[in-house]
Amino acid sequence: MQTVKMVVTGPFSAGKTEFIRSVSEIDVVSTERKISGVQEKAVKESTTVAMDFGRITVDDDLVLYLFGTPGQRRFDFMWEILSEGMLGFVVMVDSTRPETFREARSILETFRAYAPTPYVVAANKQDKRDAWEIDDMRHALRLDSKVKLISCIATDRDSVKAILLELLYSILNEMENGEK
Amino acid sequence: MALRGNLRDFNITQLLNLINLACKTGTLVVDGPGETAKVAFREGKLAYAEIGNEDGSLASVLHRAKRLSLGQYKSIRQSASHISDKELGLLLINAGYLSQEDILTNLQQHFTDIVQRLFTWVEGFFHFENDQLPPNDRISVRLDLENLIIEGSRQLREWEQLQDEIPSLDMALKFTDRPGTNMRNINLSVEEWRVVSYINPRNTIRQIASATKKNDLEMRRIVYGLLQAGLVEVTRQQGAPPPTPSARVFPTENKREQKSLINRLINRIRSL
Repeated sequence: MQTVKMVVTGPFSAGKTEFIRSVSEIDVVSTERKISGVQEKAVKESTTVAMDFGRITVDDDLVLYLFGTPGQRRFDFMWEILSEGMLGFVVMVDSTRPETFREARSILETFRAYAPTPYVVAANKQDKRDAWEIDDMRHALRLDSKVKLISCIATDRDSVKAILLELLYSILNEMENGEK
Repeated sequence: MALRGNLRDFNITQLLNLINLACKTGTLVVDGPGETAKVAFREGKLAYAEIGNEDGSLASVLHRAKRLSLGQYKSIRQSASHISDKELGLLLINAGYLSQEDILTNLQQHFTDIVQRLFTWVEGFFHFENDQLPPNDRISVRLDLENLIIEGSRQLREWEQLQDEIPSLDMALKFTDRPGTNMRNINLSVEEWRVVSYINPRNTIRQIASATKKNDLEMRRIVYGLLQAGLVEVTRQQGAPPPTPSARVFPTENKREQKSLINRLINRIRSL
């Protein structure tokens, strides 16, 4: 059996667990704990402390694993471990919380430094009224025009599929460019 | 959709950067400590600004800039209160009292002062009203934002924020090729110019700091200003080897099999 992996990262409460849950064929193995901090608790009740783990069986011979990183900085020692051997990564950003954009940019830079693999940025919660426009987010996140920044709703399977496909197209594209 | 938030999380410098790079047209409304400011932009350039209940009329601006005496100001307020700023401006120019340049320069200074006051606001909510322009009777200007952004960046003191903005000093810098950017129009200090003179994809930020004898904080602050003003971009140092994956990504070394694997993944995701 061959296995490959992708990593879903991003700031606290960006929607990483929901993202994996939307496409995983198994119940996501989640290491969530109740939040103790007052500020974080105002955003959500529990958070991932080690990782989320989802699986998509491709065929008899190939399985894709999806790993979600913990969003809180104090668990960032897990990031490098999770990034080892990844095909590519998705950076989730909550479009309604500009206060997390700086953190998202920093996480993106950190993962780029771990491995030169392709990545896409998913602008999550685009269905919410307070969501920032994609173009504004691109500037706020200081993303180059070549970087794929894609509208996303992590609870919607089709939306998550579109993100994963864009990442796979980028990987394929990079392989083909490498052959030239 | 919304461009709104809290200044604590997204400060004025970053907002100006976004408006500048996205060439936005509209009005930024900031509810700050005790008063509200409205700053209008046309295609990413500062057009107009007003704050609280302050009298921002042309007569008042010229009076505060000592271009109109108190008597003249009072006289205009009494006898010409019904005419618009544009009409008053024309009257002053036609009477040979002021030139168009005088008027625009004083208005630019007034609007710039308002924006600079906003840099001191660390608390408050903002939202951007797309396509909302200044009142028709007011005179608007067209002022590049880069200098204002650089000025705002100089006031940033928080070490943690600077560290988040520029996590690594081992990256290099290169000048952006954004159309309309001209370093010659930017007001930089001598120290900032020294840093600019070393910007080259071959030099890391750390090397530039060492050459210009700057500590990490000083260096980060200067680089932050140049980044926010859209003048430079962070890039990997030229000639530096790209990071290599520490573990095997594919279960096979064969390139054709690797491509086949990705295509199988694509087909599977599509079929979900």
